[in-house]
Amino acid sequence: MELREKAKQLLESGDVKAVLGFEPGTHGARRPAFARSAARAERLVHDGEQNLASYVTRKEVKRMGRVAVAAKAPVLRALLQLMAERQIKEQDVLPLAVDAAGQVKELATAQEMEEHLALEAQAIPPADRELMDRLNGMTRQERWAFWQKELSRCIKCYACRNSCPMCYCDHCTMDCNRPQWVPVPSHALGNLEYHMVRAMHLAGRCVECGDCGRACPVGIPIHLLTFNAEESVHAQFGQKAGASSKLDYALSTFRPDDKETFIR
Amino acid sequence: MADMYQLSSASLDALFAAISASGRRILAPTDRDGRSELNPVTSPSQVAKDYVQTALSAKDTVFPKVERLLSYTLAPGQVDLADAEPQAVPTVVFGIRPCEAGGFQALDAVFNWDTRDRFFNARMEQLTVIGMGCTRRDDACFCTSVGGGPGSAKGSDILLTPTAGGYLAEVLTPKGEAIRALAPEAFKPAAGADRSMLVEVPARFDQPALTAKLPALFDSPLWAEQSLRCVGCGACAFVCPTCVCFDIQEEADAKSGRRLRAWDSCGYHMFTLHASGHNPRETQGQRWRQRVYHKFSYYPERYGMLGCVGCGKCTRACPVDMNLQEHLLEASQA
Repeated sequence: MELREKAKQLLESGDVKAVLGFEPGTHGARRPAFARSAARAERLVHDGEQNLASYVTRKEVKRMGRVAVAAKAPVLRALLQLMAERQIKEQDVLPLAVDAAGQVKELATAQEMEEHLALEAQAIPPADRELMDRLNGMTRQERWAFWQKELSRCIKCYACRNSCPMCYCDHCTMDCNRPQWVPVPSHALGNLEYHMVRAMHLAGRCVECGDCGRACPVGIPIHLLTFNAEESVHAQFGQKAGASSKLDYALSTFRPDDKETFIR
Repeated sequence: MADMYQLSSASLDALFAAISASGRRILAPTDRDGRSELNPVTSPSQVAKDYVQTALSAKDTVFPKVERLLSYTLAPGQVDLADAEPQAVPTVVFGIRPCEAGGFQALDAVFNWDTRDRFFNARMEQLTVIGMGCTRRDDACFCTSVGGGPGSAKGSDILLTPTAGGYLAEVLTPKGEAIRALAPEAFKPAAGADRSMLVEVPARFDQPALTAKLPALFDSPLWAEQSLRCVGCGACAFVCPTCVCFDIQEEADAKSGRRLRAWDSCGYHMFTLHASGHNPRETQGQRWRQRVYHKFSYYPERYGMLGCVGCGKCTRACPVDMNLQEHLLEASQA
């Protein structure tokens, strides 16, 4: 069954209150779409890029009830990680995996999601890999200069944070003003502290969808910071975010056999 | 009636050299990874050849993303307060589009509404705008629906309209005349006003009718529906040439501090959050409605102008394609 037909069926039977997918937008691009009626489902497509999992933790969406989500691999990883972090329950969402022929498969349980994901290779896109390799090949000073230059263009619009499926905090540290931990304005320190905190907070939690980088209106490759942090955690602790709905978070767990190669 | 000249492409070199020699910096669109952004240039060869719009607006030349308003030091029994002086650099913005040039008037409306803001005004006084008429547009453009156009002179000190081999140059203000006087030999008498290369931008919606209708749509479910996909970031507001909302931040320790003004966005969930914890715009739908109403209802009511120039930067910057023009059209038809 194809996505539109499946969406209509799910909405008409009342199994879900909304189906999250995509619809054609400006310049023929794809944008997220919420189908809450069979008529709206007629416009749904599945081949958009954004990670739709970022919506399922929003109040407006949680209030709707159970939602179905067109789910590519990064969406499934994000949903599993959100389950692991107790932000959503299995019964809150119905991921719909769409295969190459456009056929939809319901993945009603975390186990089915995990099994489906196990068949999909997780790889960083070649252009990103190339830039990461180049950055990792730099001296620390060169890398610092690269990021300082990039971050100087940041306007702190928080498009990266707000597009991230793992940035669901109701009250982000960036928004705390009693006390204020991080400077609000987009000056050098404000930008640097924000991006350092973001990268560290996503280390071991980043599902490598790259939405933060895609969202940036000035084109800072900001996703490489969290990709790199994610890879460090993987190298040190053998974990990948979004592989399981059971929490086993490296950065909050000590084990006697941890490598600890970073302590010198 | 503006003074009209023709300016050949080759004579731009002399003009840029004369502007630089006068001590003014030139900001112009330059290419960067498929995006255009305003950067300091000294030669026309550095200017992007093929751009519809820069990603960010030129507003930060007069309303920077962060600026210091005052600073102070504290000692036992003593407070030393120092006003900050505006850092106003003589600047020529070259090649921004007519829509964006018109945007400065919307900033002026707020910064000179009652108090005259000395930071904004000091920078405005040092700014000369050389606008560039449009020979291209994209799906996000809708200037003609909001009173502008690809050849609109509003907000420019000099307006250049591309012609075969050069530009029609309209010198519109004393500031523009001061720039012309720097390189008078570059400006030849114009044979006529050739605007044939300007692109046509079809009108998309009836703005006066929309503005008249908005008060009755305040409680419509439309806004919540439209904003479902909005992620609540500030990209639209920060790239907007007319968005003027700012936040005042105090950065201080026990001995000294400074007060800063920084861009703010109505998309943020903390925008208009009261100290009590109450927020009159609690949901994203209410915040999205505020964005539309501020530009198309409150601005006309309060300042007699729109808070939108139809440049489409918000639409291009939005990570989830909150297409403003399309949403306004939908509201018009609601």
